[in-house]
Amino acid sequence: MSSETTFQQDFQIKGGDFVNAGESSCKIRNILKDIGIEAEIIRRIAIAAYEAEMNVVMYAKTGLLKLVLTPGKVLITVEDRGPGIKDIELAMQPGYSTATEEMREMGFGAGMGLPNIKKNADIFDISSAVGKGTKLKIVFNLDGNNS
Amino acid sequence: MTLRQIKEFLNAEILTECDDQNIDIKVAKASDLMSDVLRFSGPGKLLLTGLTHNQVIRTCEIAGIAAIIFVRGKQPSAETVALGKKCNIAMLTTKLSMFESCGILYSNGIKGVSIKKE
Repeated sequence: MSSETTFQQDFQIKGGDFVNAGESSCKIRNILKDIGIEAEIIRRIAIAAYEAEMNVVMYAKTGLLKLVLTPGKVLITVEDRGPGIKDIELAMQPGYSTATEEMREMGFGAGMGLPNIKKNADIFDISSAVGKGTKLKIVFNLDGNNS
Repeated sequence: MTLRQIKEFLNAEILTECDDQNIDIKVAKASDLMSDVLRFSGPGKLLLTGLTHNQVIRTCEIAGIAAIIFVRGKQPSAETVALGKKCNIAMLTTKLSMFESCGILYSNGIKGVSIKKE
């Protein structure tokens, strides 16, 4: 936690829990709303958080999502214990997916999750270790510039 | 267009209402792919879908969608209806197909979400 941190909250995500999936992202959305962040930035943050949360639910055993606010930025990190990603470049390609039939029937797993997180973020960083898990770092500037 | 008018046009049944009874629906999206709803989340306040699980409600909450029409006579579970109520999302169900529902709404002035080339 940096000295600039104005707010921080952790969210535990359970793999395979499709009933409560998305709850953390909805809470994040409400927290940011209460703080008074601009609606369009909240929409981008909520979508990225939800895509990341769904990835943990769909693929990992557990995950920890951290929300950190500083005066100029919103930072979301997601660290999961799961199978990891063998080829990150491939996983970032729109349409590439390893989703099961069950996930697809729910309307997910179209291979757009990671690209959509990147699209909505100002900074997106991903690292992964096969057999261990995946880490995402997603940063949003509060001045509203989305490149 | 109000939800009451949409209900009449689609001969739909209201499952839950949202706080804003007079919400003006101008733009809608129709999809059974939640990934696309998230990807092309624009100004659309209405979603037409044939899926009825909890994640449809969550997706709408995240994407800022205020009302859902379940097409093809789909009925969400009591649990999903309760979640929709909690999230203040209006829900209606119609026996019409996705195609017919979209056609009726479009011909009565509801527009689609324009997809920008990425």
